[in-house]
Amino acid sequence: MLIPHPLLGLRDSSEFTYLGDAKLLDRPDGMAPDAAARFHEYVHLRDNPAGIHRELWFHEQGDRSWLVVTRNTLTHEILGAELARDARKGGAA
Amino acid sequence: MRYSGFRVIKEALTGHKGWKPIWRNPDPQPAYDYIIVGGGGHGLATAYYLANSFRQSRIAVLEKGWLGSGNIGRNTTIIRSNYMLPGNEPFYEFSMKLWEGLEQEFNFNAMVSQRGILNLIHSDGQRDAYRRRGNAMLLAGADAELLDQDGVRAMYPWLNFDNARFPIKGGLLQRRAGTARHDGVAWGYARGADLAGVDLIQNCEVTGFQIENGRVRGVETSRGTIMAGKVGVAVAGSSGRVMGLAGMRLPIESHVLQAFVSEGLKPVIDGVITFGAGHFYVSQSDKGGLVFGGDIDGYNSYAQRGNMAVIEDVAQGGMALMPMIGRARLLRAWGGIMDMSMDGTPIIDRTPVEGLYLNAGWCYGGFKATPASGYAFAHLMATDTPHETARFMRLDRFERGYPIDEKGMGATPNLH
Repeated sequence: MLIPHPLLGLRDSSEFTYLGDAKLLDRPDGMAPDAAARFHEYVHLRDNPAGIHRELWFHEQGDRSWLVVTRNTLTHEILGAELARDARKGGAA
Repeated sequence: MRYSGFRVIKEALTGHKGWKPIWRNPDPQPAYDYIIVGGGGHGLATAYYLANSFRQSRIAVLEKGWLGSGNIGRNTTIIRSNYMLPGNEPFYEFSMKLWEGLEQEFNFNAMVSQRGILNLIHSDGQRDAYRRRGNAMLLAGADAELLDQDGVRAMYPWLNFDNARFPIKGGLLQRRAGTARHDGVAWGYARGADLAGVDLIQNCEVTGFQIENGRVRGVETSRGTIMAGKVGVAVAGSSGRVMGLAGMRLPIESHVLQAFVSEGLKPVIDGVITFGAGHFYVSQSDKGGLVFGGDIDGYNSYAQRGNMAVIEDVAQGGMALMPMIGRARLLRAWGGIMDMSMDGTPIIDRTPVEGLYLNAGWCYGGFKATPASGYAFAHLMATDTPHETARFMRLDRFERGYPIDEKGMGATPNLH
């Protein structure tokens, strides 16, 4: 798979480390009264969609940036990538 | 129809005209006591034990494709019980014992072959870890032997002992481990279930659940509504999708794992060898092909195909271990979808929906567990209490703080 890095252009996915669902950007508030339940959901539960999936890739062998990549899990087609710091948390790519 | 040596000879002499299909192909009834969603190894084994060991009636297995078309039809066929943690090892040893009596029990040749599995040791730390694992296996009633380098040399003299980075210093050997014919396992369980009156319904995809007041009443399928008292879901890589139909999110991500078969070669490996340092494992089929694999591709996937980077990585692991395969040709490669759970351990449990049961999260180790998974799931569905060996495999263990983290990797399914 080739990932269209917004700064570096097309890069091979083997340069990256995968973290998973981009919803991990939405870290719950650890001081909230229901923090235990929300952190259980955050750490363990996944939507795991068959189709469009926004996910985090770390360019470990490159510029060490975090990307939010939008990818189809049924076909491995990559529909877009943006820097995680630019990605609107939880929003569409 | 029972199989026997006499029967094989008789058919051979009469032109093989007496063989019949080994299961019926019935239409679904309007209602059952038990529905198993998923006609793979675990689903078929569950139906078999429900009907034969727990004497439950009116059982159906619903399969969206054909029986055994999922991961039981595409895996590397290894059976073993070399686990360590108390929540795991007794379960896999129970499975190993069922494997040992399986063919006699269901009167079908699943080609169970106890060739032994050898986990190679490359460092002193790894030796300590494997010594501990071997002791844990012995305590759970399994067998384990720690081999020194000479012991490994006697078994496989052609291994690359002098690899600069990963010299082979010994191995942990489980002699009772081995391989089984994956399709034969599915067919044997299917035939055994069918003989006990289970309706095996193929080309019947579950598209929804009927749930009233928190209790399951039946399932919607591509062949109409089917009512049921209890529904068990055993759909491997599709667990996330199917349980989503019942409104549940699971501690599971679906990932692709590739496996490979070389061209047919002369017999060289009589057992199974694993190279944990590079993550490569290999056995040789009865037809001579080397059957091997390595890591998962490591990102969510339902594509049933992997990428070249992992093929290269696995091939490198193989070359590091046995340089002589460098000129062997790769005959085929395939990718199966695993439901990777957050701690690398399966889930056999009730769900928050009354009457709905879940058997999931087998990561890439579901094949060896097929008999115990089926038995434990049947036990749970029939009695509403977990089987003794599966009582730690709870759905809510992450929430309660009791994960079974065999690899010590935490909540990182892409690393298992």
